[in-house]
Amino acid sequence: MSTPSQTVGPFYGYALPFAKGGEIAPAGDPRTITVHGVVRDGNGSPVPDALLEFWQSAPDGSRTGAPGSLRRDPADGAVLGRDGVAFTGFGRVATDADGRYAVRTLPPPADAPYLAVVLFARGLLHHLHTRAYLADQEGDALLAALPEDRRATLIARQEREGVYGFDIRIQGRAAEETVFLEFHRPRG
Amino acid sequence: MTPDQNAIDAEMAAVRPDGGIHPRRGYGPYRSSALRHPRQPLVVVEDPESVELTGPVFGVSDVTDLDADLTRRHLGEPLGERITVSGRVLDREGRPVTGQLVEIWQANASGRYAHQRDQHPAPLDPNFSGVGRCLTDDRGGYRFTTVKPGAYPWRNHRNAWRPAHIHFSLFGRAFAQRLVTQMYFPGDPLHAHDPILRSVTDGSARDRLVASYVHELSEPEVSLGYRWDIVLDGPSATWAEKGEPR
Ligand SMILES: [Fe+2]
Repeated sequence: MSTPSQTVGPFYGYALPFAKGGEIAPAGDPRTITVHGVVRDGNGSPVPDALLEFWQSAPDGSRTGAPGSLRRDPADGAVLGRDGVAFTGFGRVATDADGRYAVRTLPPPADAPYLAVVLFARGLLHHLHTRAYLADQEGDALLAALPEDRRATLIARQEREGVYGFDIRIQGRAAEETVFLEFHRPRG
Repeated sequence: MTPDQNAIDAEMAAVRPDGGIHPRRGYGPYRSSALRHPRQPLVVVEDPESVELTGPVFGVSDVTDLDADLTRRHLGEPLGERITVSGRVLDREGRPVTGQLVEIWQANASGRYAHQRDQHPAPLDPNFSGVGRCLTDDRGGYRFTTVKPGAYPWRNHRNAWRPAHIHFSLFGRAFAQRLVTQMYFPGDPLHAHDPILRSVTDGSARDRLVASYVHELSEPEVSLGYRWDIVLDGPSATWAEKGEPR
């Protein structure tokens, strides 16, 4: 029997966020894109104490990831962060006092054209999964099954070359509230 | 008017268990959940090609040997009752989750977090930051040495106190198995009054958040031993067979 979830609470600050947690792309890669946005609650107010995690395919389609997201200095234990070579596929950022976050990553491949996102927050007893698609994808099974207004909540808006806005609304009317996901054992 | 503990206890008693293992996200007695849970139903994804069926990996470069001993991170020794917390991380089929990252954080022995937003006027301990990490071994095992955290007040209702707990963050083989939770200590009278613990409405599920005191794990003259095994959710049987090495 599974262990139940509990809220991340307000005091994860020294434990979970790490230096350069949002720098998923290798240093200086010309393909780098920025995905950023605001997390909002049921009143539309920014959530200043949310934690977001990201996981995605590498541009070549591999999903194996790589260790080294929170690489450490063996002498003093400080977090050195990524070595700028490996694409670890994993990002972790806390929202700021305005509820904002940003990550810099490489575009996911066409066969999985999204960033998988997990949201944790004080007040949220069980984390939420969602996805940031970088464009409306014809033929994506999840998007195709959603009504148009709900589908729009999963599609990042391109603001300019290489910069995408993706806001998360934890609670709201159907057209506002982000689509959240749960994963079941595939049938058959 | 701010409700008191009796009012919150009555609210909690009025919630009918829904049979779920996890908390319902909108749990009235935990006031902060009111605006922070979705109202629309979650959308079920069954696509076997979902990225969420794989997950991030961590390695020896991501932890240091000292990370699992929270009592040795500073020049001096922290105040408080020395404890060890150990156990295994398993999937729902009982198989060990090996080589994965376990992260913990906790208040000090006085019930104060080393966090500037914690305004509880209990003393900070310059020799305790309350943060630990390790990778699970080839049996899924983890082990931390720390001090027992204190209970602390919060503002959910008047005279609200959180039972002593350690926060845990866990990764499985798949992003869909991600878990953040809290471990509690056996026999704490505050369990009955805590809306966060009681948001798990199934009694046996709630019991799985409480560690066991295991005398054989206590070390003479040094520390008391607690054991807590963690089982990650997720339809992992099908996924692991797809060839993911971990
Ligand atoms: Fe806590």
